Amino acid sequence: MIEELLFIRQEVAPELIAGLWMSIQLIIPSAVCGLLIGIVIGTLRVYGSPGLKGFAGIYVLFFRGFPLLVQLYLWYFGLPRIGIYLSPFAASVIGFSLCSGAYQSEYIRGALQSIRKGQLLAAYSIGFSHTRAIFSILLPQAVRRALPGCGNELIYLIKYSSLAYMVTCIELTGKGSILANFHFKYLEIFIIVGAIYLLLVSVVSVGLNYLEDRIAVPGFDRPKI
Amino acid sequence: MPEGIIVIGENLSYILGGLWVTVAVVGGALSMGLGLGLLLALGQVYGNRLLQRIVGVYVWFFRGIPLLVLLFIFYFGLLSALEIDLSPFTVSIVVLGLISSAYQSQIIRGAILSLPEGQFKAARSLGMSDTRAILFIILPQALRLSIPGWANEYTIIMKDSAVTYALGVTEILARSRHVAERTYQHFWIYILAGCIFLVLTYIGTKLLQRLEEKVRISGYAH
Repeated sequence: MIEELLFIRQEVAPELIAGLWMSIQLIIPSAVCGLLIGIVIGTLRVYGSPGLKGFAGIYVLFFRGFPLLVQLYLWYFGLPRIGIYLSPFAASVIGFSLCSGAYQSEYIRGALQSIRKGQLLAAYSIGFSHTRAIFSILLPQAVRRALPGCGNELIYLIKYSSLAYMVTCIELTGKGSILANFHFKYLEIFIIVGAIYLLLVSVVSVGLNYLEDRIAVPGFDRPKI
Repeated sequence: MPEGIIVIGENLSYILGGLWVTVAVVGGALSMGLGLGLLLALGQVYGNRLLQRIVGVYVWFFRGIPLLVLLFIFYFGLLSALEIDLSPFTVSIVVLGLISSAYQSQIIRGAILSLPEGQFKAARSLGMSDTRAILFIILPQALRLSIPGWANEYTIIMKDSAVTYALGVTEILARSRHVAERTYQHFWIYILAGCIFLVLTYIGTKLLQRLEEKVRISGYAH
């Protein structure tokens, strides 16, 4: 037992922490880009011109419809055939961002549509332009309303970041797999890897709940799910 | 581009051969998830406090760990530790089924909780036992309400089934990879694979929508 713990501490922990760091480096840019893409696409789907609406609709159809793993393969193995070479890390971040953006856009779209039409009209009537009304009046409300959904999507992103290993970006799952093969201890190491993800997901969901409470506008009732 | 189309034409039937594996994995996982998820939901709603806690931990566990890691835990870890011999195909169905049961339990739980409490009380007051009230009054309504949630769950499991390729299950993505490596037409082959999944999710959600209309009780708006 003592030997096991010593082994974990000396051989396993440093590697897994490096892997976790890599996972975090994958997750944070993907989450930020995904949210930005989601806000743009979601807004276009509601308030864009017909052409832009169509484009946004097709974007969502394909990036939500293709399995994420297929998308990653497309970026990592597919693009070099047309002359674009991406590192495993870049391919993963691009793949996660684009896919996450499609999901986020649906939450933003739903939130925008749930805001009463009078808000937009009132903004017009006090002299806001269309664009300013959307950015200063509608989106601040919509993003707050979309937060529970967007937070869920972040949790999914954390879990799906493990797929980066399939395009040879060695993050937490990848490190775990290498260690497990090397030391021939599959069960122990993968359980530790699983526990790390579980911890990460739990911490993030507690943080998201806190954030929801913090940015709530007093007086605006907020459906608690 | 024309080269890509020729390769697709030549290999389409080989890739579509994986269709049955994908459909079997998804079908197996969803049915297992439904059976188990139903029990979990009932446990969480009607069970005593201990049972509720156990279900809560189960759901937290299977919703918090990535599919890929669970596949590795089960296939490389548990099977050799317990000295059981199962094919990657079976392990994939079991793992996807366990994950899906955690999600489906929450869909069904939400549906049960959304029913007015009076339904259960009325059934009891007519002399039905708890079990009968749940089986004949609550579940027929709750399961109908769960169909939109299932449609979502179906699309998620359909897309996640591509990950089972990591264990070597020869589903659509695995076969696409074989073809792509042989012909060097990765780009077009993966577009094709994605489109096959897109069509599968589309057909499934349409069928579930039709089921939803078919089992709707006319005049009963919840």
